[in-house]
Amino acid sequence: MKSDIILSGVGGQGIVSIAATISMAALENNLFIKQSEVHGMSQRGGAVQSHLRISQEEISSDLIPLGKADLIISVEPMESLRYLPWLSENGWLVTNTTPFINIPDYPDLKEILGEIEKLPHHIAINADEIARQVKSPRSSNMVMLGAASPFLDLPYGFLESGIKKIFGKKGEKVVQLNIDALKAGREFAIEHKKS
Amino acid sequence: MEKLLLLGAEAIAQGAIDGGMSGIYAYPGTPSTEITEYVQNNKTAIERNIHRQWSANEKTAMEAALGMSYAGKRAMVCMKHVGLNVAADAFINSAITGVNGGLIVTVADDPSMHSSQNEQDSRFFGKFAMIPILEPSNQQEAYDLAYEGFDLSEKYKVPVLLRITTRLSHSRAGIERQPLKSENKISYPEDPIQFVLLPSNARKRYKGLLAIQSLLEQASENSDYNTYYPGRDKSLGIIACGIAHNYLLENFPGRNCPHPVLQIAQYPIPYSKIEKIVNECERILVLEDGYPFVEEQLRGFLEINSKIIGRLNGIIPRDGELNPDIVARALGKEVKIYHSVPEIVKNRPPELCSGCSHRDIYNALNETMLEFGKQKVFSDIGCYTLGALPPWNAINSCVDMGASITMAKGAADAGIRPSVAVIGDSTFTHSGMTALLDCVYENTPVTVIISDNSTTAMTGGQASHATGRLEEICIGLGVKPEHVRVLTPLPKYHDEMVKVLREELNYEGVSVIIPRRECIQTATKTKKEIKVKNVEVQS
Ligand SMILES: Cc1ncc(C[n+]2csc(CCOP(=O)(O)OP(=O)(O)O)c2C)c(N)n1
Repeated sequence: MKSDIILSGVGGQGIVSIAATISMAALENNLFIKQSEVHGMSQRGGAVQSHLRISQEEISSDLIPLGKADLIISVEPMESLRYLPWLSENGWLVTNTTPFINIPDYPDLKEILGEIEKLPHHIAINADEIARQVKSPRSSNMVMLGAASPFLDLPYGFLESGIKKIFGKKGEKVVQLNIDALKAGREFAIEHKKS
Repeated sequence: MEKLLLLGAEAIAQGAIDGGMSGIYAYPGTPSTEITEYVQNNKTAIERNIHRQWSANEKTAMEAALGMSYAGKRAMVCMKHVGLNVAADAFINSAITGVNGGLIVTVADDPSMHSSQNEQDSRFFGKFAMIPILEPSNQQEAYDLAYEGFDLSEKYKVPVLLRITTRLSHSRAGIERQPLKSENKISYPEDPIQFVLLPSNARKRYKGLLAIQSLLEQASENSDYNTYYPGRDKSLGIIACGIAHNYLLENFPGRNCPHPVLQIAQYPIPYSKIEKIVNECERILVLEDGYPFVEEQLRGFLEINSKIIGRLNGIIPRDGELNPDIVARALGKEVKIYHSVPEIVKNRPPELCSGCSHRDIYNALNETMLEFGKQKVFSDIGCYTLGALPPWNAINSCVDMGASITMAKGAADAGIRPSVAVIGDSTFTHSGMTALLDCVYENTPVTVIISDNSTTAMTGGQASHATGRLEEICIGLGVKPEHVRVLTPLPKYHDEMVKVLREELNYEGVSVIIPRRECIQTATKTKKEIKVKNVEVQS
């Protein structure tokens, strides 16, 4: 069992919540974890990324080497492309298609989606829309995690228990909303990964 | 015992708590902030009432920690690398006074300047002060070295420098704890003048510090953290310091490195272990995250030993953070990249939050400065430094905390009119007050804008010593009350702000303008917390 994952987005979008859920799931199952995150300056609306590594074997580096990430999970489409040099030859890119536009020269969304289409293995999902559909509008990050779950080397059940552990304090309802979002993202990815 | 998933910074905090720490002293600074924040929220720390409030700056933090050590208790002081410049006087002298209770100075360096003005390497400061330096390679070692560092400090009666870098500080891993130790009781130093650095006594103390250097070397030599791993391929030997060891192992899965490796986590540099690897191997690659600290010492000025390679011969870039790819290339391994970044991807620099009060004051200041000319605004470090970027381009300096006011003073002395300083509330109480006093002393014509968002926003919203007392401080320092002007930075008061700015910029003396509105981040956080509390009460 081993997954090297790059998480990306814009400061303030909360990619850490995705990382925390995977880490919690991994920790509960006695896997080794390293999760590097961004604090400080770039959290103010800048590009942020996190390297997350889980494995049965001891992990050395906190950073994933170039060309070795199994998966990129991005909560923002342009940001999904920024870390492509880390993606392995057959790695998957799973990205939200809702743009976060806070720069004047943000490229045309169609061109961004076109670049994503060029990759051999990708899932482009409108996580914000799906989160609204399952009546959990604030759980788009869990939709993203669900969409990435088929490509994670971690049993799906681990993620649900990770969510329970992390959101448990906030009550049953919050847990359920997040699990619904997770499931919806997962279904979308399973449906679309074949085509 | 159950493993805890902790940031490197948090691992240090937990290690220090478990190691019997009675007080932590710090001023926030990325990447060190989370150490103190962890202690502030930790159950044991709260039960034991471990001191855990923020200090005004790194120097006051260092001195307070030394005071706690004087009283026989264990203390830690934390800061980012540039904070050690501020604390340097106290830090260097604390090596001469020595300690009573164990004292750990934790400094987090920021190679690649993710959130800093420079990438100075604190190990030089440790060597300068002639004290032991600990440099963990991973989060578990960070925990263990914080835990054991107090013993080391008490054994040799000197402070210990614990040096980490951003990557270790801000990366999580599972940590196993050691048993919780009890705190030290109050005890006075055996020698009542140990801490009196009058020349006659300082000379004695300094000789004492020199005398223990060989013991500190011996301790490094015998340290379990400085490990020599034999290898059959002696064409290359590798010295890996701190976190660099992880990047090395990454390139040899299963710890399968064919070359001899010396891992260093404790300094002074372990002399005979170095001698062994250098004599044994044809070439020596030095891997360190930061400056070529070990490499330079091995090469020496005359470079008689030309088989040393690393940052100084260019096989590793001279600046910037280390990573597994740089190490791979230095080892002659190929780094394969399969996908490149498409050209359409644009930079996304950080920016002031929408609704941030700094935006409103910069809008007003920019409009006012149209009348007074360009390049007359000195600034400082904090969120408001982002005013240097478009669309504002409003400020012309950011050097070190407090420098806005003193630079504005120097420029005013040189004849620049008006001369303006923009500084944050926390930065002002960190290092701006004495600068303002200099202005008052000479009644220098400067206009100081203290953009008061009532928090230390840049580092995540820690309490600010300035909150609720800025006007009193300024008036107390001697600024005339009629030239201390408080504004509410909101778009609807734009014209009013411009008017006040214009008046004070025309005044030939010291004036302070305080635009005050709570940081939008802390404001939303408090609102959320109140909401959560209400929900809890209802359920
Ligand atoms: C000597 C030193 N200590 C700490 C820091 C880290 N630091 C940079 S800005 C900042 C906070 C500034 O707070 P404030 O002046 O209130 O401005 P704000 O970010 O709230 O706008 C801190 C702690 C630093 N750069 N230098």
